[in-house]
Amino acid sequence: MTGHPRAFYGVTLDSPLMLGTAQYPSPAVLQAAFQASGASVATVSLRREGGQGQAFWQMIRALGVHVLPNTAGCHSAREAITTARMARELFETDWIKLEVIGHADTLQPDPFGLLEAAQVLAAEGFAVFPYTTEDQVLAQRLVDAGCQVLMPWGAPIGSGLGLNNRYGLKTLRAAFPDIPMVIDAGLGLPSHAAQAMEMGFDAVLLNTAVAQAGDPAAMARAFALAAQAGQIAHGADPMDPRDMAAPSTPVLGKAWL
Amino acid sequence: MKIEVNGDTHTLAATTVAEALTELGWGNARVATALNGDFLPAAARATTPLTDGDRLEVLAPMQGG
Repeated sequence: MTGHPRAFYGVTLDSPLMLGTAQYPSPAVLQAAFQASGASVATVSLRREGGQGQAFWQMIRALGVHVLPNTAGCHSAREAITTARMARELFETDWIKLEVIGHADTLQPDPFGLLEAAQVLAAEGFAVFPYTTEDQVLAQRLVDAGCQVLMPWGAPIGSGLGLNNRYGLKTLRAAFPDIPMVIDAGLGLPSHAAQAMEMGFDAVLLNTAVAQAGDPAAMARAFALAAQAGQIAHGADPMDPRDMAAPSTPVLGKAWL
Repeated sequence: MKIEVNGDTHTLAATTVAEALTELGWGNARVATALNGDFLPAAARATTPLTDGDRLEVLAPMQGG
């Protein structure tokens, strides 16, 4: 790897791949996906105790990865704040993937609730990973609130559409050169992960694209390799595209035939 | 007294949140609690009284994206 990777609240990750833990066909397949990919972070949630929680937690602990609890499904700042506080105690980490959902169909973040929750949680010492859009104004407000990481979406959660707004993401990346950023949500193919990393993002977070693949372990490995390739490519300073052709073989010395 | 636990009504002899968790079989479980919508730290469960109609949420680790 080239360059100096940005740290996430003081933690430098071994792999730029963050994986969700939902929707796998079985716990064994989930484990295989993590082992095959070397993913560095596992996102988890908390739900009403139904008897499966303890075994799941033991399995996650055994993976030996960083745990990033989420506030998925929360539609208000109050819900998200309470959920984050419960998650901190349950998972023994200050990390929180802060989701405040504003729209049921797109699962688009509610920027107002997100900022309100981020302000409260950052003040309480949480390491907030806000699930946000590519909106630069919101990003600045989140940073001002104490967020040291941003997680803009690629596309709506679970859509697999990739990077919907490359221009917006590119300008966001350029506007906050010192803030670690994760492309979270909407990635469907390893090439999407490579594109995100080539643009200078620091990690990618995905779930459905791996968990719902025919072979989740193989797909997880493909995403890991793609993310790593994109990371190396970004560090290698890619060429600028141009509209016209330019010969790569030297013209000088060509025979006059 | 009757309290709501994870959306279901329970009639419990417990007078504190800690006693309620024990009575419900979650005395040693790794869970987080919220009482009437507010986070209730584990350390406060033994000294937090229950009153009729309280809403208790008992959450456990779960898969998430």
